[in-house]
Amino acid sequence: MKNFTVNQRITAGFYILDLKGELDAHTASQLEDALKNLINKNQNNIIVNCENLEYIASAGLGVFMAYIEDVRSMGGDIKLTNMNDKVYNVFDLLGFPALYDILEDEKDAVSKFSENNG
Amino acid sequence: MDSLTTYHLTIPATTLRLAEVRSFVEKHGKEHGYSAEQMHDVRLAVDEALTNIIKHAYEKDSTKKIDIELEINSEKLCVTLADTGKAFKVRALKQPNVLEYARQKKRGGMGLYLIHTLMDSVDYYRKEGKNEIRMCKNRG
Repeated sequence: MKNFTVNQRITAGFYILDLKGELDAHTASQLEDALKNLINKNQNNIIVNCENLEYIASAGLGVFMAYIEDVRSMGGDIKLTNMNDKVYNVFDLLGFPALYDILEDEKDAVSKFSENNG
Repeated sequence: MDSLTTYHLTIPATTLRLAEVRSFVEKHGKEHGYSAEQMHDVRLAVDEALTNIIKHAYEKDSTKKIDIELEINSEKLCVTLADTGKAFKVRALKQPNVLEYARQKKRGGMGLYLIHTLMDSVDYYRKEGKNEIRMCKNRG
């Protein structure tokens, strides 16, 4: 069953991953491949837009957790945006707001990255 | 108290089938009038417990089977998952320290905390070579 997709685009010079569908222990590898692909290309300012992410299990959060230190050690960040309440609640239950920059809107992430690079 | 309605599903131990089980649980829960929010919690808890069985009890051997039993009445909804894999050790259920996890690049260990946080009761049984986890959510 194909119930999860990751699409990549560039907006204002930043790489954005659009997540759609349900992220669980089966589909987490697709997110992992997309993140690894960007990091391997030294693209370390990454925005993950979760507007169409309907569901996340801890395997999905584990992928985010596994790469954040690498990206930050290279001077970048992964910023998460546009989460619905149900998805945000899972991040919140696990204490992720202490680790990750979770923003209301993709534009906020673009602004923050632009300020830091400007 | 009205009688429990019981539904069964057996799946091979593969993460390919997680979405199907989430849909199975959600469909029957909604039929019995449970809210979308309640069913989100139940779906996530069941997903996490299945993932633990697939990865740890069966070590990703997809020839093994997992039995799922869903019991529902107007007061509560219970899901029991049964496997014949390695016995399951329940560790401390504190909220994971995600800052420490990120430093160690550790990924697991979050599922059990979620299960116990999202459900009203969680019980473990080991009998005759079979492991069972029974998770219940009160209608509230």
